[in-house]
Amino acid sequence: MTATDLGLPGIGSGGLDSVPTTDAKQTAKDYTSDQEVRWCPGCGDYAVLAAVRQFLPTLGIKRENTVFVSGIGCSSRFPYYLNTYGMHSIHGRAPTIATGLATTRPDLSVWVVTGDGDALSIGGNHLIHALRRNVNIKILLFNNRIYGLTKGQYSPTSEVGKVTKSTPMGSLDHPFNPISLALGAEASFVGRALDSDRKSLQAVLQAAAEHRGSALVEIFQDCPIFNDGSFDLLRKPDTKDQRIIPVTHGEPIRFGPADDNGLGTYAVVQNGFGLSVVEAATVDAGDIVTHDATDHELAFALSRLSDQDLNHTITGIFRNQPRHTYDDAARAQVQAARDAEPDADLQTLLNGHDTWTII
Amino acid sequence: MTTSDTPVEARDSEVVQRDRVVIRFAGDSGDGMQLTGDRFTSETANFGNDLSTLPNFPAEIRAPAGTLPGVSSFQLHFANYDILTPGDRPDVLVAMNPAALKANIKDLPHGGVLIVNTDEFTKRNLTKVGYESNPLEDDSLEPYAVHGVAMATLTRGALEETGLSKKDAERAKNMFALGLLSWMYHRPSESTERFLREKFAKKPEIAEANVLAFKAGHAYGETTEAFAVTYEVAPARLDPGTYRQITGNAALAYGIIAAGRTTSLPVFLGSYPITPASDILHELSRHKSFGVTTFQAEDEISGVGAALGASFGGSLGVTTTSGPGIALKAETVGLAVTLELPLLVIDVQRGGPSTGLPTKTEQADLLQALHGRNGEAPLPVIAPCTPGDCFSAAVEAAAIAVRYRTPVMLLSDGALANGSEPWKIPDVSELPTVDPGFATEPNAPDGSGEFWPYLRDTETLARPWAIPGTPGLEHRVGGLEKADGHGAISYDPDNHDRMVRLRQAKIDGIEVPDLVVDDPDAGPDNAGADLLVIGWGSTYGPINAAARRVRKLGHSVATAHLRHLNPMPANLGEVLRSYRTVLCPEMNLGQLALLLRGEHLVDVKSYTKVAGLPFGAEELQDVFLDYLTGTHPDASRNGSRTGTSNQITGAQA
Repeated sequence: MTATDLGLPGIGSGGLDSVPTTDAKQTAKDYTSDQEVRWCPGCGDYAVLAAVRQFLPTLGIKRENTVFVSGIGCSSRFPYYLNTYGMHSIHGRAPTIATGLATTRPDLSVWVVTGDGDALSIGGNHLIHALRRNVNIKILLFNNRIYGLTKGQYSPTSEVGKVTKSTPMGSLDHPFNPISLALGAEASFVGRALDSDRKSLQAVLQAAAEHRGSALVEIFQDCPIFNDGSFDLLRKPDTKDQRIIPVTHGEPIRFGPADDNGLGTYAVVQNGFGLSVVEAATVDAGDIVTHDATDHELAFALSRLSDQDLNHTITGIFRNQPRHTYDDAARAQVQAARDAEPDADLQTLLNGHDTWTII
Repeated sequence: MTTSDTPVEARDSEVVQRDRVVIRFAGDSGDGMQLTGDRFTSETANFGNDLSTLPNFPAEIRAPAGTLPGVSSFQLHFANYDILTPGDRPDVLVAMNPAALKANIKDLPHGGVLIVNTDEFTKRNLTKVGYESNPLEDDSLEPYAVHGVAMATLTRGALEETGLSKKDAERAKNMFALGLLSWMYHRPSESTERFLREKFAKKPEIAEANVLAFKAGHAYGETTEAFAVTYEVAPARLDPGTYRQITGNAALAYGIIAAGRTTSLPVFLGSYPITPASDILHELSRHKSFGVTTFQAEDEISGVGAALGASFGGSLGVTTTSGPGIALKAETVGLAVTLELPLLVIDVQRGGPSTGLPTKTEQADLLQALHGRNGEAPLPVIAPCTPGDCFSAAVEAAAIAVRYRTPVMLLSDGALANGSEPWKIPDVSELPTVDPGFATEPNAPDGSGEFWPYLRDTETLARPWAIPGTPGLEHRVGGLEKADGHGAISYDPDNHDRMVRLRQAKIDGIEVPDLVVDDPDAGPDNAGADLLVIGWGSTYGPINAAARRVRKLGHSVATAHLRHLNPMPANLGEVLRSYRTVLCPEMNLGQLALLLRGEHLVDVKSYTKVAGLPFGAEELQDVFLDYLTGTHPDASRNGSRTGTSNQITGAQA
């Protein structure tokens, strides 16, 4: 068994290149289905739904060529509320369904809506393989760090010691860092946003849609019933500036209250193989890390800046580095085979090499 | 071939005519017995005999050399008439080492021909398998016509000039054995030479060595005096047509490709490697020129998930696996049931439970196929009965899937998958087609211009299939219960009751042909036989071979074979009630018998075996005779004959 040069065409440029466009004006209302939204009052899903309904028309693609596939969990009701094609599938398996759909239908913009339990627990295997294959699907991972639909058990992103219905003495599991996991799974696009920050959420979604390949977007959102205030540190005016680190490709990573030059008071610098946060004034400007979304190692280091404590939380695009997509390559192989054998004849195939005839 | 054919002293080899012969090649897993058997099969097919094969190999890729667990064998039955099974016991056993001899000699009838590679009968190898003395030297093999041939030595001698190492040269000894047997049975050898040159095209010296070894075996038979008799088995008088040899897995793969044509849909296979189904994935991955996409998934669940996603997008989604994979796919198949999308699910059954016997055959997934999902999740189940029949079963299963918008389960098994037979090649232009009939227009009965994804066809109860990209038909489907017609989520109790019944009624209403009974003594209005033997799947061969034997002995027996396990034929109950005794042989513990008893209140008798091997014709003959002569303990407790059927047809041979 030897590797062979695939001889496939180059990387496609944009995630929506093969999706038919429309000049007709579309609005959020066009993308709103007739179904009543049934999340709990105060659920972060509302904010994401509103952001997505507003964002989809800006893509300029035909609504009928948009498909949302979800798994199981509160967030997975998402497709019912969008007037596109949609499938509410089974627990953890949405990436598999999206893979088959995207591979056979390059003319579709395929989105997966999933949660921390759906994507990282029961569906962990499918998530990492979809990312590794780099299928042209966009995965929105709603992370509220709790199981909501089953009424309040800890999830694979819950912090250690979390007291829940199933862990009255505190949970023992060490949580996943979804960004580190996705980067470790060779994801070619990884981003993160906070549900309430519509502007940056839409910016990340826009970049994800335009990326050709798998995109994972982690969206922090609260479950007001079972895990209220989980991301308060990133929301409250007195703490958020110290903790949220927005990154932009090509720009030095500075954050916090603006200094005299309008730049953040804090900066990210290299520290051994990792990164650390310092007061910008204490270091040379040249030592401040400039974000490079094509640098896999930097993306990983950024994802490690904080874990459960939300101490320093990067938002924006960690990684955006196109490479061959599985679905483009799979279609190219089929096309190459057809080109090589344009007269492929079923009867000839059935006959094979050796036949005999009885009269 | 009978026991009286032991070769006698004769200078010129005498040619004896035979109706049928069973040969078994047995050796170490590394000896190339499957290849040897395959080649002999191809030669035999080219010659025009009817044939049936039974490969039998261990799950280990290379079990320790020379041990009993490492023995691999290939049995081939060929004849000048149409045969139904790979044969119970070999007439000729080729044993490449002591382990192969020890593992197989019990199956060789006294007087049978035994050809032994003597080179391997060393003290060490004999000890390895527990022979205290060399059976070639003591009198333990006296009942057989033994031919000791130093195959390794002779092969090495034949390849002396090639410059190959001793080890490499000896590896061609299986081709020596093939050459010898090909001579013995007058097989045409051109295709084997061609095959070897193609197979080793990149290593011409190895190709040449194998051809030389093959020729050396042939010449050995011809020139030495060891073999006084050769045998001829005339070509079989099969139905007119063009034939080829085919295995069940190859036929299934071709059937899937053909189904793409007959349904006018691109084929998408999502699959995870598993014995004995992997060859379907391998075969399909080689035929992308027919527009087939193959996806080797990260697991079984992903395989079926991707196939279902492709179906949602308007492809013919297919997944192939064996029993353990079906267990893993169950939830997704249940989703496909409620989404009401076409999906072809292929289960090549193997010994279970759990990992079980990966390389051996069994029929124990029937109840799993029918009922192995949560909730009321009915789906059609169809089972081919011979290797070649796998083709038409796949085409039919796909047609049902598309016509009724439903997942369909196809149950093959290890014996069909790896077994082969001559296959009358169908005319592609005559395959029945089915129109996928994608929805393109809104269909709401209230004229609102909405699209109702669960508004059913009144005849088939199938729902419309609107694929993404169709403007105006945007809709959402999912695993939650849907409102009848409109398709929105509904928790209404009455609606759920109605939807469960509608899904069941759709499957129950699938058109399947009536069950055909082979009852040669039947009159126009009455059953001829007292005993009806009913089976499904790969037991077709042994059941009907046994029935022939029993009829030859002057008894009357009827047989019927169920291809459609769900829904079952409409006349089934009437057929069952037309016979005094109904017997159901199965390679499980009575799963079909349970269904027949439960559905039709008929006291179906069960004969079961789960030994990883197909039934033997002789074995079933004895069981049938026990029932026919009343000596079976169950034979007297049978139900009364309650009616006759005009659906019963005469012999279908």
